[in-house]
Amino acid sequence: MNIQVNNRTIEAKRGETILTALKRAGIKVPTLCHMENLLPSGACRMCVVEVDGQRSLLPSCAFPVAEGMKIQTHSPRVVRARKTIVELLLAGHPDDCLYCVRNGSCQLQELAGELGVRDRRYAGAKTESKMDTSSASLVRDPSKCILCGKCVRVCEEIQGVSAIDFINRGCKSRVGTAFDEGLNVSSCINCGQCVMICPTGALREQSHIKEVTEAINDHNKIVVVQHAPAVSVTLGEELGIKPGTDVCGMMTTALRQMGFDRVFDTSFSADLTIMEEATELAHRVANGGVLPMFTSCSPGWIKFVEEFHPDFIPNLSTCKSPQQMLGAIIKSFYAGREGIDPRNIFSVSIMPCTAKKFEAERPEMTQNGLPDIDAVLTTRELGRLIRRQGLDVNALAPDAADTPFGEHSTAGKLFGATGGVMEAAVRTAHYLLTGEELAELKVQPLRGLEGVKEARVRIGDLEVGVAVVSGLKNAANLLDSIRAGRKDLHFIEVMTCPGGCIAGGGQPLGTNTDAVRRRMQALYDIDRDGVQRVSHKNEFVQRLYKEFLGKPLGEKSHHLLHTKYAKREAIL
Amino acid sequence: MARLSDFKCCDRCRHGHDHLCPSRVPCLLDGPFCHKNDACSKARTEQAARLRREAPEKPVLYVGTGTCGLGAGAGKTLAAMKQYLAANKIDARIIEVGCIGLCVAEPILDVQLPGHTRVSFEKVSGEKVSGLLTAAMAGNMAQARKAAPVLGQFRSSEAAPWPDVPFLDEHPFFAPQKRWVLQNVGVIDPSQIDEYIAHGGYRAFTKAIKDITRPELCTLVENSGLRGRGGAGFNTGTKWKFALNAPGEQKYLVCNADEGDPGAFMDRAVIEGDPHRVLEGMAIAAYGIGATKAYVYIRAEYPLAVKRIAAAIAEAKQYGLLGQNIFDSGFSLDVVIKMGAGAFVCGEETALIHSIEGKRGMPRPRPPFPAVRGLFDKPTVINNVETLANLPGIVSNGDAWFSAVGTAASKGTKVFALSGKVARTGLVEVAMGTKMRQIIFDIGGGVPNGKAFKAAQIGGPSGGCIPEQHVDIEVDYESLKTAGAIMGSGGLVIMDEDTCMVDIAKFFMDFIQRESCGKCIPCREGTRRMLEILQRITRGRRNETGIEALERFQGVMYLNRLAEVIKDTSLCGLGQTAPNPILSTLKWFRSEYEEHIYERKCRAGVCKELLSYRIDAAKCKGCTACAKKCPADAIMGTAKSPHYIIPDKCIGCGTCVATCRFNAVIAE
Repeated sequence: MNIQVNNRTIEAKRGETILTALKRAGIKVPTLCHMENLLPSGACRMCVVEVDGQRSLLPSCAFPVAEGMKIQTHSPRVVRARKTIVELLLAGHPDDCLYCVRNGSCQLQELAGELGVRDRRYAGAKTESKMDTSSASLVRDPSKCILCGKCVRVCEEIQGVSAIDFINRGCKSRVGTAFDEGLNVSSCINCGQCVMICPTGALREQSHIKEVTEAINDHNKIVVVQHAPAVSVTLGEELGIKPGTDVCGMMTTALRQMGFDRVFDTSFSADLTIMEEATELAHRVANGGVLPMFTSCSPGWIKFVEEFHPDFIPNLSTCKSPQQMLGAIIKSFYAGREGIDPRNIFSVSIMPCTAKKFEAERPEMTQNGLPDIDAVLTTRELGRLIRRQGLDVNALAPDAADTPFGEHSTAGKLFGATGGVMEAAVRTAHYLLTGEELAELKVQPLRGLEGVKEARVRIGDLEVGVAVVSGLKNAANLLDSIRAGRKDLHFIEVMTCPGGCIAGGGQPLGTNTDAVRRRMQALYDIDRDGVQRVSHKNEFVQRLYKEFLGKPLGEKSHHLLHTKYAKREAIL
Repeated sequence: MARLSDFKCCDRCRHGHDHLCPSRVPCLLDGPFCHKNDACSKARTEQAARLRREAPEKPVLYVGTGTCGLGAGAGKTLAAMKQYLAANKIDARIIEVGCIGLCVAEPILDVQLPGHTRVSFEKVSGEKVSGLLTAAMAGNMAQARKAAPVLGQFRSSEAAPWPDVPFLDEHPFFAPQKRWVLQNVGVIDPSQIDEYIAHGGYRAFTKAIKDITRPELCTLVENSGLRGRGGAGFNTGTKWKFALNAPGEQKYLVCNADEGDPGAFMDRAVIEGDPHRVLEGMAIAAYGIGATKAYVYIRAEYPLAVKRIAAAIAEAKQYGLLGQNIFDSGFSLDVVIKMGAGAFVCGEETALIHSIEGKRGMPRPRPPFPAVRGLFDKPTVINNVETLANLPGIVSNGDAWFSAVGTAASKGTKVFALSGKVARTGLVEVAMGTKMRQIIFDIGGGVPNGKAFKAAQIGGPSGGCIPEQHVDIEVDYESLKTAGAIMGSGGLVIMDEDTCMVDIAKFFMDFIQRESCGKCIPCREGTRRMLEILQRITRGRRNETGIEALERFQGVMYLNRLAEVIKDTSLCGLGQTAPNPILSTLKWFRSEYEEHIYERKCRAGVCKELLSYRIDAAKCKGCTACAKKCPADAIMGTAKSPHYIIPDKCIGCGTCVATCRFNAVIAE
């Protein structure tokens, strides 16, 4: 079908919205509340267009196209309406852009600029509200909130958590938690997906930049840093490099130049995790343990199970996440080997994730009262730190990470994408159970961005049912089907964020599906070109077992690399 | 007394709970159909007449105990009546009825003596009961009228009229009305389904499920020209057809009783006074669209209405009028009450749907329209209480009967809740096209206390004001739009010269900005800013700094632009019409705005901050009381000589006016 837009004819498909047709034709209409792949909410009214024969302006995000429709997307009436809406938002806004974490990346700021807002046209009372800093991972500042509702929707419709919703009425409406308590006592799982889609500075991560900087400047501290598999393929975007570029070497150089004493790679402990987890799975299968077993690397997922589905706690792998495994090894084995007092080690991790900040603060993630991880920086915070230090990543010569925890297989690197943990586990499980390597290391059904993927994998005489889900609503659906009697699954990988860590809540803002796909491809390319592609062949992991840990699931592993979970009370 | 459901004329009558006779309701009144017997027919006729109390054997007393009656003290009246009957050992029945419409006359007490017509007395407070009843029960109406004014007597072919007592239908409040929806309200006992049936109730519904197909019914209602009485005025039958033709096994009907406009109480009165009419309308509508489940969405602030409709549903179930396979027609209907928590926006269809679903009451974009995808994503028709209450009449009497009354595009009658500065406040039902002047001045009795009429606010927060020069406008959907107002749900608030139109606009803006759901930006933020602009206009100069004066002018300049954008871009009807109170007052009362802005004057004296005060030296006795009370030390003077107010120090609080015993302080 054809529709007329700004006096030119464009093609449209029956049933689609005006906005979809406009986008395809390359006509940009601003939006604030629109979310891809979700039903339109029609809250912000920024996308209004003028349609011939209609009394009022229509929201292009929510209105279906009709044959012969005549649309004006930038008529004076439309532009004036959009500008007025932005002016109205600004009237209640704190107006403190220079102090805002989103200065330069704020959609409200951008729209005000695009629409030429230059006067404070509507003076009046500001929307004032207390900041909520109670969470280990996130900070909410409702006074900057424009109530687009995207955070509420992502929390409910993608993650199935509903920690936040609208409260109050009229101009006193705002987003809040149940009983308006702090986020820390809410059911929030700290995934940070709300931060990713927040158009303003109303939501951000709990920053650890100050703690890290202080530690670097403290000469008594040995500052050790590890970076997660997904960070090296996303940090570039934070620094203006195109999506899907692996900047691992340059990042290592930058970290050293900023004063980190040791640079390790979390992909090393991802390999370690695989050794432990694959052994645990084999053990459960052999000894009639609780199945299916769920991965436990994603801390949002762990809290989700503890709060909403405690009946599945026995199904969770007891393995700590790679971040916590490496943290525990650094302050035990490494401190001992190097002769450093663990109290003088400041252990930093760079993560694509906000929930990792919460995980690092869990009381069980300590040794002798010392936290295994002292500070967690998100990819965004690392970007900020690099910019603050004036480093030009493009001009830095790539460098290699420090031994012994810099070495990793490309299987460990795959942890960054949904399905990666499973693929790495399948490779190693096959070897552990059959003594032979998989003929084809790439397990195609586990790859790609789909929220739910399943495969039947043949390992020797055994056929193993595996599933990979990302996005907790998908996970909850799977749990329901298992509760309802599904029995064909043995091992399930769950990532909290849709797409996995490459789309985590600590990643660069403005993340879209295309960028996520490129990041994923970058990880696959690294694996394709990798020399060592299986976790069990990681030489330093082997040495670690020989020199220190003994064997997977052994006594030392049990203390350092495994943990347990318990039902968690939260206001649901 | 035996209930109609248990009625059997003789052994041949097969009526009973186990027998699903499709003609059961008409048979109870016009039967028997299955056998012929004059005695059986007579038994039925007599029974119906008894239920209608055409010729009661003992005295019957009626008291209006609707919410308005109770507010006026009907509870005390009722207690006094019971006490009087007990003390004097009089055998008489007391029947609690709903509000007959003339709220200003409440508490209303009717006396019906055997062989005589029913006489209504007005303003019968508790202490008047004894005197009134002593005279009335003795048949001395002349004496009774001294105890409490008489409103009039009902007309009856079965009973002798009282001499010298005017007829109720000749009363200036009732004479011009056309009471279709309100027919039974205030007349019958709303707690008895038998009375409703005896007055012709449930015939239409049983006829519909027996003899009319769904498409025929939709067409009948469409042709009658009935339009939604909730305010938008969409053709009811057309809306039904969308739902009837929408694919889907499960469909829903919702009765919208979330009456939220300030000054509107039509739905409450209809449900309190005649709940079965609404229920029958729902049953007809549900059958018409093929819904098997219906919801009554009603405000929790209407406890009496909730009680009445709940009782009505229970009774109708007992009679087999609701439930599975109603009278062997194959049609089943379950009716559920859902109480709303009182958010104004929940009267909007999609917000109402969310509320029933257990979500926060916020509207969503349309399309898809509820008739296609509504409650729980199923086709849903949402009809207003008054719309539904019109249906029994249409089905019984036909579309032509209905469309014979009204104007070209607006058929039937409309109920208005008349309030404000009008002599006779209450519930009024008139034919569409009745002149506004007739409603206000003939029915309502005009503006009291010799004040001049200024405007009529119609349609609540989404509506507008009709000024004096347009008061001859005909009340129908289209005409009202030409004057910048809307029909709305039926709130009609009369204002006199003491009303400040800027203040009225401010009142509605304050209402809207508090009741906005908060979802879309123009409504949430825009109405708040509009209110602030109005507040600045009515703010006194005394406390204003230079920049604030500038803001005042700046705000006024943007008022129109803001109003247009809110209308143009808001998500739901609430937001799209939110600026109407301002636009309409600006249109008709621009000079009042200008006086506020430029002359800093409020001619009605409502905007307190704009008043200036002076002391009339001729009246001032120099008592010093005002000077002592003045919180700003702005009054100067010595004892026994006239005082003087220093304008620069005066904060305009008005304390001096309240203090002065000699009316010497003049506010202007």
